Amino acid sequence: MAQFWQQVVSGLASGGIYASLALALVIVYRSSGVINFAQGEMATFATFLAWTFLHHGISFWPAFALTLAVAFAGGVALERVVIRPVEGRPVLTVVILTIGLLILINGATQWIWGGAVRKFPSPFSTRPIHVGSAAFSIQDIGIVGVCLVAVALLTLFFRFTKLGLGLRAAAVNPEESRLVGVRVGWMLALGWGLSAALGAVSGMMVAPVVFLDPNMMQGILLYAFAAAVLGGLESPVGAVVGGLALGVLLNLLGTYFSTFGGEMRLVGGLAVILAVLLIRPTGLFGRTAVRRV
Amino acid sequence: MAPLLELEDVEARYGAIKALHGVSLAVGEGEVVALLGANGAGKTTTLRAVSGTVRRSGRISLVGHSLERRSPEAVARAGIAHVPEGRGTFAELSVRENLRLGAWTRRGRLHGEEERVLAYFPALAERIRQPAGTLSGGEQQMLALARALMARPRLLMLDEPSLGLAPLVVASIFAILRHLNEEEGLAVLLVEQNATLAFEAAATAYVLEVGHVALAGPADDLRADESVRRSYLGY
Repeated sequence: MAQFWQQVVSGLASGGIYASLALALVIVYRSSGVINFAQGEMATFATFLAWTFLHHGISFWPAFALTLAVAFAGGVALERVVIRPVEGRPVLTVVILTIGLLILINGATQWIWGGAVRKFPSPFSTRPIHVGSAAFSIQDIGIVGVCLVAVALLTLFFRFTKLGLGLRAAAVNPEESRLVGVRVGWMLALGWGLSAALGAVSGMMVAPVVFLDPNMMQGILLYAFAAAVLGGLESPVGAVVGGLALGVLLNLLGTYFSTFGGEMRLVGGLAVILAVLLIRPTGLFGRTAVRRV
Repeated sequence: MAPLLELEDVEARYGAIKALHGVSLAVGEGEVVALLGANGAGKTTTLRAVSGTVRRSGRISLVGHSLERRSPEAVARAGIAHVPEGRGTFAELSVRENLRLGAWTRRGRLHGEEERVLAYFPALAERIRQPAGTLSGGEQQMLALARALMARPRLLMLDEPSLGLAPLVVASIFAILRHLNEEEGLAVLLVEQNATLAFEAAATAYVLEVGHVALAGPADDLRADESVRRSYLGY
């Protein structure tokens, strides 16, 4: 039983990382109607920036905060410069553009920092704490804690601030939003900025575990897709629940069925995407869009 | 004195199709003006030209400030609240959130504002936490109106507020409109298929025909004119 709970907590840690990246995908999807395939690479780039800050002697949490700020600004800039010109074009055009961004940012990361794998420090001790016969890693608890705090802050922002309300309005009904005076274009850019910052959180949390390299987030992005699809692409709550559930599920599968360990874990993620799309395409929390005309 | 809203030779097009061929009209301060005409005459397009949700040219000004190049967001900030046909509330957001969005363009505290507006619409006060999409048609029209009032607009543009509603609901909406106009001096540009309602509510009326103004004058004169009724309003 002790092993079971240890694996659940460690699954929650991966789940928190999936959840924050999945939520980043969902925020962009809700506002622009596209999946941002570059979300993972944006997070990797931000994590390399954090590495540079740390390398120059800034301590972890200030570097963390600085990275979030830069990632936010970068996300806003990307939307304004790259996505804005194709606004209103067919979805496929925008999707291809984000795939182009993926390749571009990946290339830029390799060009600036090289392809070597680096160690990224963790702000948390790897020491275990003992509860009964189970031993939980402080790092795991820290990771899930940071991810959930980020998600919670974002939720509060969306629910209780005027700007958050404007963002939601622009996402569900851009035409109407313009009529009440909301600058919809800036709301989309703001959504991209928030997503980029959230992605940076997941990048900085996962880097100490998987080590930092330019392709670090590619696998994670797939799990984030799976999480977002599982929860329902339209649903922020779904992305978080989906992320946590997926982390725990894959971890337990890997522990108790050796087939699903190691490389086969990715297959588990893909299987979830496939199963959800076949059985319940709107996901756990999604609903069929109701549109009045 | 310059009128509140003035349109001069306004044209509008949807892609290659021209929907307005030079519309000129004016709405004075505190005045209710009705736009009448058959389907496709350009009533809705005229409102959309003002709010900037259709491509337009010509001169449009609000107390002398030109609007014709402004985005819908900027027109809203200039003080025009547009309630489109089909009500256009945010179905997924609560009644309260819809109201808060109505006040988007206003700065500073909105203390007591919600109460002021809800005093006109007690039915909405009971449903303040409900998603707007769960309201009845009449309640949604009231919410759309309430949301527009939250902006304290200089001009309210209403598109077919009676559409699809029960006569009692329509009567109460028009009673509220009359009250707002008489007590608070709210200026209204009203598009209404129901000519009887429109003539009752408005001081001035314009009759549109295929994208231009065919007739204009005091509502009472147009109402009394038998030929106007027969040729343009079809009743």
